[in-house]
Amino acid sequence: MNFIHLIFYAFAIAALVSGFMVVVARNPVHSVLFLVLTFFSMAGVWILLRAEFLALILVLVYVGAVMTLFLFVVMMLSINQVSEREGFVKYLPWAALMMLVITGMIVVVVGPEHFGLTQMPAPPPEGANFNNIANLGAVLYTDYAYAFEIAAVILLAGIVAAIGLAHREPRDRKSQTIEKQIAVRPNERLRIIKDSK
Amino acid sequence: MEGLLLIATIVIKIAVIVFVLILCVAYLTFFERKVIGFMQTRIGPNRVGPFGLFQPFADVIKLLNKEIIFPSASNRFLFVIAPMISIATALAAWAVVPFSESVVLANINAGLLYILALSSLGVYGVLIVGWAANSKYALFGAMRAAAQSISYEIAMGFAIVGVMMAAGSLNFQAVVTAQQGGIWHWFWLPLLPLFFVYWISGVAETNRAPFDVAEGESELVAGFHVESSGMLFALFFLAEYANMILISTLAAILFFGGWLSPFQGIPVLESWFAFVPGFAWLVLKLSFFVFCYLWFRATFPRYRYDQIMRLGWKILIPVTLVWIVVVALLVQFHIGPWFN
Repeated sequence: MNFIHLIFYAFAIAALVSGFMVVVARNPVHSVLFLVLTFFSMAGVWILLRAEFLALILVLVYVGAVMTLFLFVVMMLSINQVSEREGFVKYLPWAALMMLVITGMIVVVVGPEHFGLTQMPAPPPEGANFNNIANLGAVLYTDYAYAFEIAAVILLAGIVAAIGLAHREPRDRKSQTIEKQIAVRPNERLRIIKDSK
Repeated sequence: MEGLLLIATIVIKIAVIVFVLILCVAYLTFFERKVIGFMQTRIGPNRVGPFGLFQPFADVIKLLNKEIIFPSASNRFLFVIAPMISIATALAAWAVVPFSESVVLANINAGLLYILALSSLGVYGVLIVGWAANSKYALFGAMRAAAQSISYEIAMGFAIVGVMMAAGSLNFQAVVTAQQGGIWHWFWLPLLPLFFVYWISGVAETNRAPFDVAEGESELVAGFHVESSGMLFALFFLAEYANMILISTLAAILFFGGWLSPFQGIPVLESWFAFVPGFAWLVLKLSFFVFCYLWFRATFPRYRYDQIMRLGWKILIPVTLVWIVVVALLVQFHIGPWFN
């Protein structure tokens, strides 16, 4: 048990506990904040795996942007907390069943028979000058270029669809023409009335 | 034992950086009041010590002694933790900032990404306190801060992507050395539109005038920290000023050559000013940008909310998108004098 293990267990326990609290927290705002903590702890674990690019992107995109929007929306809604709890007992057996199936699958796939050190030996430690980001970029734009481009196009289609759903014609709403507002000169709006004396 | 020694030296370095930074923040508040005072033909604080120089200490002692009031309907835990998040992210970002050729706490590969990630976390302090205080004004301030920081983070991120492409690295030292060769080789010239976008969104990210709708004294009393008193308020204040200095330092490093001398490549002046350490140049450059913050506050009226959103989404982001393509072409075809 050295220092690295200590850091790993700290982040891992934080991730598990906060992940559990996301589900059981009574207040939706607390749930979102626990989800933020889960992401943050996972970023810590990824840093220990020397995947600093992925860890920082996780913090930047999910914690910094996506969860901020989540929190924004959840704060604006006044969710009736009692009615949200009503279906808890009804759905519990199904949820438990799903959880058992998923846990079983993970145990089989990631267990020692298929994912142990004999099947998947630990990668050799890289030198101090190893550049994770440069290597990732090199692989992403050569070996996986098509997959990368397809993912980008799907995301673009998603953006277009979201804008298409939310878009309203300009005539349906009041909007200010800022160009006109900026172009206004004082003598169009103000008239100085001098004393006639 | 060696590991312990290593940790001890790192802790000492961190303590030095934090101590100097907090001293700078304290004097920045004093300097702000003086500068804005002179701009408005007032004198500014001049009672405590010679020329009012001990005013920051008086303010700190006052804030430390004030009672912390918890609104009765507030969420106490989040109300206390929020300013801590603000100050922690504001201070942690300094870990990768290079002060000169060799002086940096952590010279990591992904330094630029680390700074972006941490600066995107700072908004949580504002959001959480706005919700936890259970006050309408605080909630409005937090909402505005969240919408504004998400919008301007995109523009700022794209501006920094341009710098990454021009330097070919995410490491701060590499970014600075890529600008070697005198004032015309610094990135402000090839990346001029990105520099303006970065600086405008930097001012917006720190919630300073003319983008200070999150505080908006005339509409929201004090915005997100309206219910915070004493030390809780002081931490928000400290975080805001530390972030101002950070954004100014980044502007100096990314676009104005960091610790490089401006006289590089000029025959006589270069040797005359060779004795000046890199750190001094960095401080001079960042001081100019910090001064700009105060200058803006004394000059510009506050933006209207819809104007802020229009500027961010319809002007700054398209400008960065166009200029990223231009930078890519400049770098790809080795167009001089910058990318030979």
